Amino acid sequence: MDNKITKGRAPVSHQPHNVAKASGEIGGEVEIEINGRKYTVPFGTTILEACRMNNIHIPTLCYHEDLCLAGACRVCVVEVEGMKTLQASCAFPITSKIKIWTTSEKVRKARRHILDLLLSEHYGECYSCVRNNNCELQRLAKEYGVDFYRFGHITQPRYQVDRSSYAIVRDMDKCVLCRRCVRTCIDLQEVGVLEATRRGYSTLISTFMDRPMLDVICINCGQCINRCPTGALRAQDPSDEIWKAIDDPTKHVVIQTAPSIRASIGEEFGLPAGHSMTKQMITALRMMGFDRVFDTNFAADLTIMEEGTELLLRLKRKLLEGDKSVKLPQFTSCSPGWIKYIEHFYPDYLDYLSTCKSPQQMFGAVIKTFYAQEMGIDPANIVTVAVMPCTAKKFECNRPEMNASGYKDIDYGLTTRELAQMMKEAGLFLPELPKSEHFDEPFGDASGAGLIFGATGGVMEAALRTVYEIVTGREVPFNNLTITPCRGMDGVREASIVLTDVKDEWKFLEGVELKFMIAHGTANAKKVMEALIRGELEGYHFVEIMACPGGCIGGGGQPIPTSPEIRKKRAEAIYKEEAELPVRKSHENPSIKYIYEKFLVDGPCGKISHKLLHTHYTKRGKYIV
Amino acid sequence: MPIINDTIFFDEKAHGEALEKALKMSPHEVVLEIRESQLRGRGGAGFPTGTKWMLALSAQADKKFVVCNADEGEPGTFKDRVLLSEYTKLVLEGMVIAGYAIQAQKGFIYLRGEYAYLLEHLLNYLDRMRKENRLGENILGTNYSFDIEIRLGSGAYVCGEETALIESLEGHRGEARNRPPYPVNTGYLGYPTIVNNVETFACAYIVISKGAQWFAKYGTEKSKGMKLISVSGDCKKPGVYEVPFGIKIKELLELVGAEDTKAVQIGGASGLCIPMSEIERNISFEDVPTGGSVIIFNKSRNMLQVLRNFMEFFVEESCGQCTPCRVGNKKLLEGVEMLEKGICTHHYLNELIELGKTMQIASKCGLGQSSPNPFISIVTNFKDEIMSNYLGSGNGQ
Amino acid sequence: MIYPDKNVLVNEVDALVKKYGSGRESLLPILQDVQRKFGFISDFAMQEIAHRLDIHPVEVYGVVTFYSFLSTEPKGKYVIRLCKTISCELAGKEAVAKTLERELNLKFGETSKDRKFTLEYCHCIGMCDQGPAMLINEQVFTKLTPSKVIEIIDSLK
Repeated sequence: MDNKITKGRAPVSHQPHNVAKASGEIGGEVEIEINGRKYTVPFGTTILEACRMNNIHIPTLCYHEDLCLAGACRVCVVEVEGMKTLQASCAFPITSKIKIWTTSEKVRKARRHILDLLLSEHYGECYSCVRNNNCELQRLAKEYGVDFYRFGHITQPRYQVDRSSYAIVRDMDKCVLCRRCVRTCIDLQEVGVLEATRRGYSTLISTFMDRPMLDVICINCGQCINRCPTGALRAQDPSDEIWKAIDDPTKHVVIQTAPSIRASIGEEFGLPAGHSMTKQMITALRMMGFDRVFDTNFAADLTIMEEGTELLLRLKRKLLEGDKSVKLPQFTSCSPGWIKYIEHFYPDYLDYLSTCKSPQQMFGAVIKTFYAQEMGIDPANIVTVAVMPCTAKKFECNRPEMNASGYKDIDYGLTTRELAQMMKEAGLFLPELPKSEHFDEPFGDASGAGLIFGATGGVMEAALRTVYEIVTGREVPFNNLTITPCRGMDGVREASIVLTDVKDEWKFLEGVELKFMIAHGTANAKKVMEALIRGELEGYHFVEIMACPGGCIGGGGQPIPTSPEIRKKRAEAIYKEEAELPVRKSHENPSIKYIYEKFLVDGPCGKISHKLLHTHYTKRGKYIV
Repeated sequence: MPIINDTIFFDEKAHGEALEKALKMSPHEVVLEIRESQLRGRGGAGFPTGTKWMLALSAQADKKFVVCNADEGEPGTFKDRVLLSEYTKLVLEGMVIAGYAIQAQKGFIYLRGEYAYLLEHLLNYLDRMRKENRLGENILGTNYSFDIEIRLGSGAYVCGEETALIESLEGHRGEARNRPPYPVNTGYLGYPTIVNNVETFACAYIVISKGAQWFAKYGTEKSKGMKLISVSGDCKKPGVYEVPFGIKIKELLELVGAEDTKAVQIGGASGLCIPMSEIERNISFEDVPTGGSVIIFNKSRNMLQVLRNFMEFFVEESCGQCTPCRVGNKKLLEGVEMLEKGICTHHYLNELIELGKTMQIASKCGLGQSSPNPFISIVTNFKDEIMSNYLGSGNGQ
Repeated sequence: MIYPDKNVLVNEVDALVKKYGSGRESLLPILQDVQRKFGFISDFAMQEIAHRLDIHPVEVYGVVTFYSFLSTEPKGKYVIRLCKTISCELAGKEAVAKTLERELNLKFGETSKDRKFTLEYCHCIGMCDQGPAMLINEQVFTKLTPSKVIEIIDSLK
């Protein structure tokens, strides 16, 4: 179950129906009739599921595969014989032989009316909206042949757009009150920033005391943006500034691309999920005018070196030197949504986090120091852009402590969607571009370990490949370096590797069962933290947490829509591409060896590394001022 | 139909010892008696009470709940207030009987916040019942235990809807739930729950006291028993009346001393507006249903103003969850405003009537399903007056 | 009425959670008691209640803004709610409304600067045969006329 329902915070009727309890019957099949034809479906299936199983189309708006039920929009209503009112097909479980009509006159009229009502409240035009051509309301209007506003159309905005947050923009004039953002934030992510407030016509999705997004405990994960059907929620878009920098001849604009981008950007050009576009993307970026095109996977390798070493040092202090103050398990720190989450909700446990920066930020620091030196460019003229599947990175790059290079380490965080938009503006149709073989030097080499960061479990797998080899001198005991316990979409996964026949300097780890845990989605992060507080994580050494369901490939900046199937395909694309790479372990990456030789000369977790590549965190707490 | 001699509520001697009687029957027998009486819910929706209790009794769960819906918010309804303050025994012991019938352990009275002044009286009465062993552990020496807690509402009409009420009890916003599953299977905190109106419990008490056959003597074929009607508006004797179902509107008007009547709103803001041409119709679930509210308008009243009052009510009281009700009611109100200014075309008015019909079938709960009723009935029955209202006369016939 | 001190609120919420329980079902009774005692539910109170019941503060805010009798803004010592539904309107609520506005020097929806009075409309309070009717806090007044209203207001001033 990919994070579908968490712990019953949703009202009872929004949870999957405990139909067996409701009627005493378990299992079995029911024979029903849809539009005059007979079908057989499992007992308890909703009408919507039954129709989808049989290729019968019912339009929906508030329904979403990842989220609990709502039944609020009434777009999916169907006629059930014998019932006076129309029923919401997304929420009606089939428990008896019923006859359903999905396109009767009543149904069509009702759907058209509901659309007219939604459109009458929807301020703004499609052509000035970021979701033009990818908007569910627009799609429904087209499907139902809306060609005039039956109930009028508002011509003045009712609300002010909230642009306070670094990552998320809220434009309530476009809201259709489907409650997807509420269900995402409260039920799926358990962060709790958005909720319906007030009543009746004045109902408004808002934050606590209507505070601006910057002032509440939003972790910027952007999952709400991914699920919003219209342009009411969108990301802060820096593309204008980036174009300005590219057009400015005095600026040296460097772009780094995260692993998840290449597996998903094809979707923005009409390709189905799971087609990797790495080589065409490199071409596109060069053609757009970026001075250098780097691969964040290099920095991911760097993160593995630093974080793996940090883990070993913690293990050494605890097991060899008996230092009781050492915090284990060590939690990964590359997900900025997770960082803000723990800073707000578990501020007393920040010491468990690795002090490593995320790959993006490490790269920024390296570029404005090492790279600037090597190329003889004044770092004041370097503009670093990071393309990420992530909206929280926009907040991360603006954190005050992220200036180890003496300048803002990363100037702009750009999302997959925004990059695709920039490509289209530049007239570049990605799938048809020629392929470039290589990212730019001196950071063109990246191992497969860096690439798998994009999927949940990837950081863990990458770290294990390196750590195990450092300690034992052998490759991880898994076929083709594929550490299967790390893979998959279960919310919380765990496994262990026993360290035997270790090298002499790691004697104290002989026989130690290295236990690790992986969680994705902040609801599961909460489960892990609660387990930590209860003392159940004694004996665990390493925990990977990603704020977004699915890992980075499910990030807030990824192509819309999202679904468990899409995320699975994106992850598969990453693993497939990774398996074919020549270098698959971070410590074997030649660029990594180079940077440690020439620049980070006191080695991982040494003084230079600490200054540039490590960071500290801020206790924020969950009290909203 | 003549004025009745046997009354249910207003004759204290008729109240009997229903609780003692019920506890000697089996729960199943109690439910059967209710079913035989053909008692239907008195809150307005009219769901057969016996069926509801039967479903709850047969539901398997380790906890069950009885909820008394005292969130009497329908404009023009005040009969529950009278029942709770002056016929408390019928209601509270009716709840205990219901609890016994479905084998529930706990009951709630969801008392609307506007009736908070009744709280002390009810709490004292419950204490007295506990002292007399008619509530609490081992009621009247049997091994049946049941207790009642009072919860106050906080000023939301929509919480009178049964699933919105349960949501409110659970600490949520009062937004209606998806049904199925129904409260009898999945109600308060997921347990089987029956939600019944104050008057329904009182009637259930009477049914057990005087028998299903006696109860079914009154009323019509599909609407058995007596009904409490709260009459207000332009009449000489407003107040609460006990009448048999099937009473003609004309007869009721005579009973309450209505003169110069132009229209009668039956069923509150969610009901129908009956013009004088239809006063031969009767009050029953088959013809013109009501939860108890009857509001009388005389010839001096402006029907468009009345309609505006109702539509403003719905716009403010809608919970806002589903599109047809949240936006639809606003559109209907805007339509009324256009009519007031004289800029509503005949064509657009028909569009609004069609919208009303969609709202009646596509809304998520009873509020949105019945809020178009006054709009459609007033606009249809008083068409000329509505369309020429802006001309200033407002008193068209 | 002074703005409640944070410690006072914490102790109050503590006591209420002990009285009603720490499940979400206790939310409305707790909010009603806080509203009754302090005249409003401050944002600190909402967060404190949210933490004790293990729900999000924004959910508490969503509940408070839903119900007409709960408020995040300080209400007056006497909250006057005049019914504006049809039966009371037919019985002459408009005259009573104008009288109230004039005598209290408030428009409907406002609270007086000394936090003594809040004037609001409400919907049908079940006094339709004795209208116009109003609630002052939890007490109901029926068969109102302008002069009767003036008497009532004077007795509170």
